[in-house]
Amino acid sequence: MSSEVALPIIIPLLTGTLTLLAWRSNMMQRVLSLLGSIALLVASFQLLASVNTSGHVVMYMGGWAAPYGITLVADMLSAIMVVLTGMMAVAIAIFSLSSTSTSHERFGYYPLMHLLLAGVAGSFLTGDIFNLYVWFEVMLVASFALLILGGERAQMEGAVKYVTLNLLSSAIFLSAVGLLYGLVGTLNMADIAHKLSQTEHTGLVDVLAVMFMVAFGIKAAAFPLFFWLPASYHTGPVAVSALFAGLLTKVGVYALFRVFTLIFNQSPEFTHELLLWVAALTMVTGVLGAAAQFEFRRILSFHIVSQIGYMILGLALFTPLAIIGGVFYIMHHIIVKTNLFLISGIAHRLLGTYDLKKLGGLYKSRPYLSVMFLIPALSLAGLPPLSGFFAKFIVIRAGIEAEAWVVTGVALLVGLLTLYSMIKIWAEAFWKAVPEGTDASQLNQPMTPSLAALYVPVILLAACTLFIGLNGQPIYQMAEFSAQQLMNPAGYIEAVLGVKP
Amino acid sequence: MEPVMAIAVGCLYAAAIYMMLRRSIVKLVIGLMLLSNAANLLIFTSAGMTRGAPPLIPEGAMQPDGLIADPLPQALILTAIVIAFGVLAFAVVLIHRAYNIIHTDNLDQMKDTDT
Repeated sequence: MSSEVALPIIIPLLTGTLTLLAWRSNMMQRVLSLLGSIALLVASFQLLASVNTSGHVVMYMGGWAAPYGITLVADMLSAIMVVLTGMMAVAIAIFSLSSTSTSHERFGYYPLMHLLLAGVAGSFLTGDIFNLYVWFEVMLVASFALLILGGERAQMEGAVKYVTLNLLSSAIFLSAVGLLYGLVGTLNMADIAHKLSQTEHTGLVDVLAVMFMVAFGIKAAAFPLFFWLPASYHTGPVAVSALFAGLLTKVGVYALFRVFTLIFNQSPEFTHELLLWVAALTMVTGVLGAAAQFEFRRILSFHIVSQIGYMILGLALFTPLAIIGGVFYIMHHIIVKTNLFLISGIAHRLLGTYDLKKLGGLYKSRPYLSVMFLIPALSLAGLPPLSGFFAKFIVIRAGIEAEAWVVTGVALLVGLLTLYSMIKIWAEAFWKAVPEGTDASQLNQPMTPSLAALYVPVILLAACTLFIGLNGQPIYQMAEFSAQQLMNPAGYIEAVLGVKP
Repeated sequence: MEPVMAIAVGCLYAAAIYMMLRRSIVKLVIGLMLLSNAANLLIFTSAGMTRGAPPLIPEGAMQPDGLIADPLPQALILTAIVIAFGVLAFAVVLIHRAYNIIHTDNLDQMKDTDT
């Protein structure tokens, strides 16, 4: 029995419960939240180490062996995702100490945040397709409540779209699970893969594949199903935006990776070809949407969409190198995107706005913050020697090797347009002088503990970006290991069911 | 029985999508309710329907005799109903709050954050 695979789910659930018990004391909640996040990070590294040595870590809940009980499975991809969840949890927990207003804290910010983390970790670690649905819902309910904390008009408008489209996606997912159960009579993902590989491939399997693609595509904000994301992500409190930007869409991407390498791998000429076009269009529409925006967080939201395209591209090309690229891209993207949202929060603290036209003068007053912005911004655009360069390099090289010229060309062009957006933010918010009519009284405030709590996670995450860029080899090896496992589903099936398919 | 259920499920999906495409947020939430019910009935139908054979094991035996109904889809539906109930409770409160703040139930007037 390997309990380390359950810890990343139990710890945030426990932390959430404890913070609920400490409802009356904001101070107590903050301490618990920080401790819980650090414990999650430690547990996730422990899981990573154990996956690194044994390949798959499997735990049968309640001792019911697969395929009868619910199974928790961690392979390299799950472990990497859980480690990233832990890192984001710590970063956001530190940032929240200063950015979250007391009224939000009083309305259950910390319990909800940890419930969300439990949902995210559960989605990464479950080996049961219906259980995946349940974790999705845990995550969604927590995210709904977090998004509308504060109750402003824009938040309500954003939340209506966010809630509707995510519930639609859940309903499609649930219908697909029901039909899949009718087809193979099991819910364990390894068992589904095993049974599907032994039965005749019919049209119904392709229909189910597309239903899963639509359901997870909505969660991942892939073209043409992404409209809820730029309409809602910029409305919430900034720590919440950063947490969502880093983790939530990536759960959708993870589910796509899991399902389209393990279960629906029989007819890649149909499903993965479709994903390839989705990837190309996602990249283009996301980046063009960002080019038209003049609000800090909305530009970043549209860039989430375009970056999702690169990850799906890695999956769609379906070669070992492409999967390595996709996994590497996810690792790089979660860190960089969260960091950029956190920096937008600091800019808001200093100048009181997210509107690029009203921002300005940050470089002159805060040169170190500007360097901290440049690291993730240029990494997002893919400039060497930062993490984004290697991520893009691997994906594009895989595209050239697979001779997918159009998509590769699109990926290169989108990289250029990303640079355009980042330069736009740089020129408007950092380079130009403070425009008239902007209240710059906070701009030169001395470094207080409250401001330092905003800086610490930004510096830590920028250091991670630099580390991946300068020392990419171990990260590449982790991505390579996970790609090996994903391209060889027999290993997963054997680890869970104990039979050789 | 299956064809009747299939038609019922199809009608529920159609009604749900129609309601969700209306402009009023109240109708939107009604659409979401119908959608989750449609998905539940779909699970019930697609897993196969067995008549008059409860999944009970006779006393002393280790396995049931003969064909029995599959209890798992009902467990799934039960879980899904509970989740849908919780989420819909949230959605109802959300539209109430949204109405209080925006003073309209027309989705066309909630486009400030779109572009």
